[in-house]
Amino acid sequence: MNDSKTSTVDYSSFPDAKGHFGPYGGRFVSETLIHALDELETIYNNLKDDPSFQAEFDKDLAHYVGRPSPLYFAERWSRELGGAQIFLKREDLNHTGAHKVNNTIGQALLAKFTGKSRVIAETGAGQHGVATATVAARLGLKCRVYMGSEDIKRQALNVYRMKLLGAEVFSVTSGSRTLKDAMNEAMRDWATNVDDTFYIIGTAAGPHPYPQLVRDFQSIIGREARQQCLDQTGKLPDALVACVGGGSNAIGLFHPMLGDESVKMYGVEAGGLGVESGSHATRFYQGVPGVLHGNRTYLMQDTNGQIIETHSVSAGLDYPGVGPQHSWLHDIGRVNYVSITDQEALTSFRELTLIEGIMPALESSHAMAYVKKLAPTMSKDQIIIANLSGRGDKDIHTVAAIDGITI
Amino acid sequence: MSRISQQLGRAKAAGKKTLVAYIVNGDPVPDVTLTVMHKLVEKGVDIIELGVPFSDPMAEGPVIQKAHERALASNVSLTDTLNVVQEFRKTNADTPVVLMGYANPVERFGYEAFAKAASAAGVDGLLTVDLPFEEVGDLRAQLDAHGLDNIFLLAPTTRAERARQIAAQASGFLYYVSLKGVTGAGHLDVEEVKNRLAEFGSMSNLPVCVGFGIKDAATAKAVAALADGVVIGSVLVNKIGELQGETAEVIADATGAIVADIRAALDSL
Repeated sequence: MNDSKTSTVDYSSFPDAKGHFGPYGGRFVSETLIHALDELETIYNNLKDDPSFQAEFDKDLAHYVGRPSPLYFAERWSRELGGAQIFLKREDLNHTGAHKVNNTIGQALLAKFTGKSRVIAETGAGQHGVATATVAARLGLKCRVYMGSEDIKRQALNVYRMKLLGAEVFSVTSGSRTLKDAMNEAMRDWATNVDDTFYIIGTAAGPHPYPQLVRDFQSIIGREARQQCLDQTGKLPDALVACVGGGSNAIGLFHPMLGDESVKMYGVEAGGLGVESGSHATRFYQGVPGVLHGNRTYLMQDTNGQIIETHSVSAGLDYPGVGPQHSWLHDIGRVNYVSITDQEALTSFRELTLIEGIMPALESSHAMAYVKKLAPTMSKDQIIIANLSGRGDKDIHTVAAIDGITI
Repeated sequence: MSRISQQLGRAKAAGKKTLVAYIVNGDPVPDVTLTVMHKLVEKGVDIIELGVPFSDPMAEGPVIQKAHERALASNVSLTDTLNVVQEFRKTNADTPVVLMGYANPVERFGYEAFAKAASAAGVDGLLTVDLPFEEVGDLRAQLDAHGLDNIFLLAPTTRAERARQIAAQASGFLYYVSLKGVTGAGHLDVEEVKNRLAEFGSMSNLPVCVGFGIKDAATAKAVAALADGVVIGSVLVNKIGELQGETAEVIADATGAIVADIRAALDSL
């Protein structure tokens, strides 16, 4: 971390015209998809600064999603940890229960403007699938969600929710049967049905312009949090903490404050069974830059360039790649990327539930576990904002199974 | 002139259509590939496209994805693929070999190291499915420096201006993807192929080969009538998958029979 190094960077100028964040990002897809990406880029560039588009997006966020989400002062937990004052950005209180809905509302609006009648999505933990199925139901669009068969087992509740919402859930049985394979399958569907289908990508990764538009739609989190912090405490936060799978909730919180040099930022990866175990998803600890799913970014890969399987107790974090803007922020030292093990996340899941009466998603529990380490190293007049990206209801079966309970 | 250009030039002069065959290196097991390559040539294949196994072959349909998975079960790498070409060259100096795969294994190998090693092994060209010309960067320069052709795909969705830019970057031949979708899909529209090929023909002197969706001798013949050549892949890979566990000779004979059939159809044009 080196503040002076970052002070001259104009973060708003990234990505560049070709979708690059430094050496990362870009557009690495088969030729069939290039035209659809060009079309999406043009539509997005025309709409993003259009006041009527922004007004419609804001209206949906206010009246359908329930924004602004609160910035909650976790007083009891702060006292218990005995350091910084901890504030939680309550994305878990959004409609559908996670930050994912911000982005799907935005992309569904784009789908509406492109006149496509069908949407597809990939999902790991199911939150993005549920959010996509929700907006599809609302707009009367056909919807198919790709999900690894392994994740379908882990997230039965969300699978059923998607089906109730009228979506078809397609079980992907290739490769590691998780999020990355679901993304491969969604790309294939898109290449085949590119004329009538809008692909709603759920994280700040994939080919340009997806990392940019997902970031922009999720930036509502950081814009609100920044203002709420000023309103409630009279100053900016000293640290931001968010979990990083693909990294959409993290980039949403971080991006609007990247230019605020005093704000330190921590992205928390899934340490799984521990970084030495080989069973984890720490792209910034063990990963190497490469090309997957349409972008250049840090990847979990072997020496032959094959993508390797990752592990996390949280289905939303075991992705072998990471959003390209995170890769760039890592290289320039603006954001610190750290990791938390399955066990540490599970402990924080229980503790936050008991101490604050808030049950965090297992993804968010990774961020909470890092707060536990960070807060005691800071003083009582300092402020941490941690992103509570989603609620833990969907993970109850996983936690209960670990406790030996069948629900 | 590259081995690929020579081959296509010879075929054109003789009024023949070029037959390109795609198989995945190491499918179903490593020691089968070389035998199959020689048999394909014996039965009338003009150019071999050798798939480099990748863990996430996003542009492939289920048939070819399974082939990648079979090969990766034996840990077949890009280095192994170069070794197979080197072996092939010991007894075949004429048949061009194009490596077809995804960017990440090539990137991990290193662009310069790859171009050098591929050239030394006797590879003639590279087709990287997920590396459009905007992102090809330094790889193109390295391929040029080592005399390797850079094959690019054109798709039904490629607009005219972009097709011109691609044609200007490509060498060897242009590979027209005959349908929207992944390899092995089954909704080829010959009329659409005809219209697009007429358009491409006016913007480049490069030969055009057509692939994706060519399942049998009849489709191969219909498409070849419009193009300089056809690419067949899934039909061969499907057969290889069915014969998993058989000897290299059995697999080579079965794939060779498919090729002979298509060769005869092309030669009847």
